[in-house]
Amino acid sequence: MQELINVFFSPEIIVKVWPFLLQGLMTTVELSLLVIPMGLLGGLTVALFYNQGSKFTRALVILYVDIFRSFPPLVLLILIYFGLPFLQIEISKISAVAVCFILNTSSYYGEVFRAGLESVPKGQMEAARASGLNLSQSLLYVIIPQSVRNVLPELISNTVEVIKLTSLASVVALPELLNNARQAQSLTYNPTPIVLAALMYLVILWPMVRLLSLMEHKSSHVK
Amino acid sequence: MIDIDRLIFSFFNLKIAEKYLPLIAEGVATTISLGLAVIFTGILVGLLLSLVRSQQIKFINLFIIILVDICRSLPPLVLIILFYFALPYVQISMSAFTSTWFALSLVLAAFSEEIFWAGILSIPKGQWEAARSTGLSSWRALMYVILPQALKLTVAPLTSRAIAITKGTALGSVVALHEVLNIASSSSSEAGNATPLIMGAFVYLIIFIPFVMFGRWVESHFSWKR
Repeated sequence: MQELINVFFSPEIIVKVWPFLLQGLMTTVELSLLVIPMGLLGGLTVALFYNQGSKFTRALVILYVDIFRSFPPLVLLILIYFGLPFLQIEISKISAVAVCFILNTSSYYGEVFRAGLESVPKGQMEAARASGLNLSQSLLYVIIPQSVRNVLPELISNTVEVIKLTSLASVVALPELLNNARQAQSLTYNPTPIVLAALMYLVILWPMVRLLSLMEHKSSHVK
Repeated sequence: MIDIDRLIFSFFNLKIAEKYLPLIAEGVATTISLGLAVIFTGILVGLLLSLVRSQQIKFINLFIIILVDICRSLPPLVLIILFYFALPYVQISMSAFTSTWFALSLVLAAFSEEIFWAGILSIPKGQWEAARSTGLSSWRALMYVILPQALKLTVAPLTSRAIAITKGTALGSVVALHEVLNIASSSSSEAGNATPLIMGAFVYLIIFIPFVMFGRWVESHFSWKR
């Protein structure tokens, strides 16, 4: 047991790599705070285009969403980061990651918001318009709040996925948590940093996963 | 301005495409067999866990919930890296294929356990009581009455989750598994040309678009809400 602790959870190494991993964790948090709002906004836009658009717009939206749901996000990231330089376009790590995440997460959030918008009865829009609100006011004050409430568990679940997804940025050596953990591992010849990073992800995400689980099972009991 | 000939030369270069096609085809075989293996073990283990959970044995359920929560909270890439780079320190080594398969199967098992469990919970209590009162044992009531009804509700969320996790086979490239992405990006840097990358991207589209469209169809036919 002592030996196992020394290999996977060596106190000396924890002390040594702690600041470096904390730095990585901060980058992970910053990255999440950057890409989650962008993904939410992009997803809402996509869903509104679907909801309000003509048949042709709807087909385009579905095409967009399906393409980016088919691409593994890592493939997209590598395509952007290593492909664009062939067009003489130099792109920084952070912009490559941001572009990749917006394309990927906006299509997932888009599907969630679309389901949300569809869950609001038609009469709500008609009533809102009849009370004198214009289209964007009706959407903003009447339709969107209700649809967000209806798909809240899915929105949270997708947000957990986005935070987990930020670990892909390590592949292009953006100094986030997983990247720093791997660097620390190869410098110390010890897996402790990776185990520590995994624990950090757990600390952040477990409460959200637990909350989700409670929300999901609660709603299914009601039925 | 982007020069169109240059664009074709570096992204859609037929000569290079021809050269790397056999290699990429090998990658496709790995990606597909890995994907099928993950779907099979992930969903099977998830189903088994949910069946065990329905027996309501406190200690075992606690264990299942903790396992599921951990596998839902950790990024799959972190799991793959743990298995591939950390386990060898205690003399357990897994190949790139095994560690990717194991990690993704765990993640899919966790998510599908939750989906199956939600499905089982959603069946009204009266169904259990009716089944038991006809003389079925609790195990038979589960297998013949509850599960068939629950499964119908699980098809749509299970499909979309299985697609999302199977796409994670591309993560295997990080531990040098020779699947499509790994081969495409190494070929691309070897050739100094982006064509293999584009080929790889198309391969993923061709593999996954039918599943995504199938998922859309399933969603409209087996919806939770209806």
